[in-house]
Amino acid sequence: MQSEGRKGVVRSLDWWTVGLYLILVTWGWFSVCGASYDFSNPDVFSLDCNSGKQLLWVGTSVCLACVLLLIEKRFFDSTSYYIYIVMIGVLLVTIVIAPETKGSRSWLPIGSFMKIQPAEFAKFAVALAIGKYMDRYGFNIHNLKDFARVVGLVLLPMVLIVCQKETGTALVYLAFFLVLYREGMTGAFLFSAFAAVVYFVVGLRFCDDFISDMPVSIGEFTVLLLAMLFTIGMTFVFCRNALAVKIMFFGGVGVTLVAYLFSAYVIPFNVCYVMLAVNVAIILYLIGLAVYTRLYTYLLITLFAIASTSFFYMCHSMFDALDDHQRVRIEVLLGMKEDIRGAGYNVNQAKIAIGSGGFEGKGFLNGTQTKLKYVPEQDTDFIFCTVGEEEGFIGSSAVLLVYLLFIWRLIFVAERQPDTLGRVYGYSVASIFLFHLFVNVGMVLGLTPVIGIPLPFFSYGGSSLWGFTILLFVFLRMDAERNLKKR
Amino acid sequence: MKDHILESRKFVIGGIALIIVVTYIIRLAFLQLMSEDYKTYADSNAFLNKVLYPSRGGIYDRNGTLLVYNQPAYDIMVVMREVSGLDTLDLCRTLGMTKEEFDNRMSVIKDRNKNPGYSTYTQQLFLGQIPAEEFSVFQEKLFRFRGFYVRERAIRRYRYSHAAHVLGDVAEVSPADIESDEYYQSGDYIGKQGVERSYEKYLRGEKGVEVLLRDARGRIQGHYKNGEKDRRPVPGKDVTLSIDLELQKLGERLMEGKKGSIVAIEPKTGEVLCMVSAPTYDPRLMEGKQRGKMMARMGRDPLKPMINRAVLGTYPPGSTFKTSQALTFLQEGIITASTAYPCSHGFRFGRLKVGCHGHAAPLPLQPAIATSCNGYFCWGLYYMFGNRKKYPSVQDAMTRWKDYMVSMGFGYKLGIDLPSEARGMIPNAQYYDKAYRGSWSGLTVVSISIGQGEVLLTPLQIANLGATIANRGYYITPHVVKHVEGAQLADSLLEKHKTMVDSKYYEYIVGGMRKAVTGGTCRAADNSMYEVCGKTGTAQNPHGKDHSAFMGFAPMNDPKIAIAVYVENGGWGANYGVPLGALMMEQYINGGLSPESERKAEEFQHKHVSYGLSSEVRPVLVNKNREEKKTATDDSSDSE
Repeated sequence: MQSEGRKGVVRSLDWWTVGLYLILVTWGWFSVCGASYDFSNPDVFSLDCNSGKQLLWVGTSVCLACVLLLIEKRFFDSTSYYIYIVMIGVLLVTIVIAPETKGSRSWLPIGSFMKIQPAEFAKFAVALAIGKYMDRYGFNIHNLKDFARVVGLVLLPMVLIVCQKETGTALVYLAFFLVLYREGMTGAFLFSAFAAVVYFVVGLRFCDDFISDMPVSIGEFTVLLLAMLFTIGMTFVFCRNALAVKIMFFGGVGVTLVAYLFSAYVIPFNVCYVMLAVNVAIILYLIGLAVYTRLYTYLLITLFAIASTSFFYMCHSMFDALDDHQRVRIEVLLGMKEDIRGAGYNVNQAKIAIGSGGFEGKGFLNGTQTKLKYVPEQDTDFIFCTVGEEEGFIGSSAVLLVYLLFIWRLIFVAERQPDTLGRVYGYSVASIFLFHLFVNVGMVLGLTPVIGIPLPFFSYGGSSLWGFTILLFVFLRMDAERNLKKR
Repeated sequence: MKDHILESRKFVIGGIALIIVVTYIIRLAFLQLMSEDYKTYADSNAFLNKVLYPSRGGIYDRNGTLLVYNQPAYDIMVVMREVSGLDTLDLCRTLGMTKEEFDNRMSVIKDRNKNPGYSTYTQQLFLGQIPAEEFSVFQEKLFRFRGFYVRERAIRRYRYSHAAHVLGDVAEVSPADIESDEYYQSGDYIGKQGVERSYEKYLRGEKGVEVLLRDARGRIQGHYKNGEKDRRPVPGKDVTLSIDLELQKLGERLMEGKKGSIVAIEPKTGEVLCMVSAPTYDPRLMEGKQRGKMMARMGRDPLKPMINRAVLGTYPPGSTFKTSQALTFLQEGIITASTAYPCSHGFRFGRLKVGCHGHAAPLPLQPAIATSCNGYFCWGLYYMFGNRKKYPSVQDAMTRWKDYMVSMGFGYKLGIDLPSEARGMIPNAQYYDKAYRGSWSGLTVVSISIGQGEVLLTPLQIANLGATIANRGYYITPHVVKHVEGAQLADSLLEKHKTMVDSKYYEYIVGGMRKAVTGGTCRAADNSMYEVCGKTGTAQNPHGKDHSAFMGFAPMNDPKIAIAVYVENGGWGANYGVPLGALMMEQYINGGLSPESERKAEEFQHKHVSYGLSSEVRPVLVNKNREEKKTATDDSSDSE
């Protein structure tokens, strides 16, 4: 039985994923070589340099993967809560005993030369725990209590990691909301979050720009217009009340258009006041509908409309309340400020390094930007620069495409799981990789804020590589058992 | 079990991944394929822009004597990967540094955060600004220190120990300097004080650049485009001061052991002939690396040698101010030249009394100036401020008075071409309204008429008053630079300022000041060679003994020099002010001192004023014995 199970595992293991994993890890190792190469010490296998150490991590990761494939799903199924509790305990202990390194308290020293970052392993525990919880009989995501508990399981480690001053790592846990969406959480949540980001970016970026010849702030105008259109759109999607949608759309857009034309050709005035009035009218209309139809949904949409309309103004007061350096970071990101020496230095150097790579790159070990160490953190968070500079557009797009295939494959595998635990866990893995890719590469390309999280399999570091390997191979073992269970 | 609606959400999540990856690939295309900008930026990183420093302009005195010049100094560079078998202790001893300093410096060089672009293949700055004499020791041993190289860099040198405050000094730019002018990069030098600061733009020249190519190892591969982009540095412009070195030297000698200032101006041009601020310091002590230490030491000195008292010290002008009062009263018609006021050992009005020394009374204007009668000017101000026919209120009278003072260059900065200047103090009506809550009269403020009370002037303003009288009614903005190579002086420095008083009234004052020399308070300044005009000042002050002051000019009918002498706590104007002023004028007009005057100068050089400090005003920082036998190899290590 045991031996047959093992043979089954090898046969039904998803070799596609394993192959992509090996490609990424190998590619990652070469990138670390490029980033940390020192011409005065040309031995890339030496344990004195990062490439040598990374090779050690890769080797141990592969061993670790093999060991994980031997552990049956049953084990994780029955111990998931304990693993979660132990992980929370470790995170707590870390806050207390970890020495401060680079402003955070997230590294736990083990022995004299090794340090591990428990936060990298906690993702795995959370994925297991929510999978187990949602697999429970009678779990219903629309039940407020169930939903709150799942969210609680995610938020608890998040808060602890924020306490370790690793806000970036904590943000990764937002990826779990994508899993909840797959499991039935209403898309309105995701859409609201998306809308909030759009309002924030557009509102702040174009706040001080004005439509030509009119005293109208582009930011304010756009945010109010989007708030109106989003609200109408949600009414259309969730309530399917064609009449109400027509009234709101033609009324709202019509009044806005008239006001805009009046301002443009007759007397210039601030159109935003009219927009504000239109939005208030729509809100009142929705409240009316809610009372009339007694539909709960209208109330939620009203809430969305109120939040959307007031968001721009709240953002501004919040933005003003931020610390100077945080504000500068956001302003630099939105392109409102040039700050080559300060907050924008890393990103600017990263862009230069990537941009100078051109179509086919400068060749392995020939990147001047990364070799001369203009790019900080170039073998950890900014590893993608090395890829961009030395392998050019071809290499860096290829890395992104391999990642896309990898994530798609994970989604495919997750969908074929026979139970909720497997599926939720699988989606967690896919979402976490997606989030890391999104933030890390986006940061290097200057599209997302500078949040220090690694690019899986590429960034130098044992904790992250082990963490991702554990995350992935526990899932692959679960997947390998999909047929066993049926039997 | 399977919910197909929910299963379709895999397309949403997969779609999000697709959108992200596609967006990023588009962005990559923009960065890597569309835009050449980043390649250029990368070039500027991978290229090494080697700065070529221009030589800073020299500074000369008005007769063409070189005062400040550049001397080669050396930066010591290190190429890390070539360092081998280094005898660290020997190196430290040779360069006069400790082992800790060495380790510290090495770790800073290797720290990529502090030293971006670091490469073990290229030269890194190890130690900067080594003067020639220290360097020669190092050079002898250079062959023993493998991996160490030398780069030439100029150091600012001063040939004389004089005019420290006017010349100023140079030092490494501060972050604020870099912020305010993008010309500067960290490590550059900038004028910090004096003319070095105010004429920085002319003196500094323009940096050049060599564009060198680097490979991924940081090694230099040669000039970019065969040096097409290289730029030669443009040397700085020479600046000629209006200062007369010999006069400055004498002034500093005479002020030894005293606090105060001597300022002399050529009335016709506004050129400052000497600007002595005592105690002073030896500018040679501020050369190169020693500057930081010296600054700290002088900052702690209770006598504050760093302050240029000639433009930053504000003092009660005492009786020298009376001339300005007489002019005002004459122009306003309060008095005529023959108006006489009584004085019985001072000005008495009810309980108010301003004392005066014994002299015949009543006196008309010119004898009143000659004997410096306090009573005369108090009465003048009393009648002016009390004249309700002319001025509806005392405030109006005050405002009128203040306008006169401002037109004579008091109460505001004169606009001299030095980085900082005090404006002094001329009170106005609002000031007294506030101080006395609106109830005040000419009597309340009568002491301003004799240069006491709230009135404060800088020595420069007093000298400028002398120049104005010498010119019979106007002054040119005083300035310390006579000429800048290949450039015009700023218009504001050549501007003629007319006072509100007609030149005919000035003749009375000139006469009065002449009488003071021939038969009044300034008799000691009289000589047979040329006609001196002068006015003493004895200023009461809260810091002890009276300040001794003198304001004058000569010759009377073709003034070549106007001068102000101010000796803190020197007592009567005749104690220090007059004799010092007389010696200075003699030096400038005759081009030297007679043997008798030389003896007198010697006497005053060693006559010190006690300021009740444990350390007597001592020329700790001025070493007059090291006279100017200076050559390029001179050093400043024996300063103490």
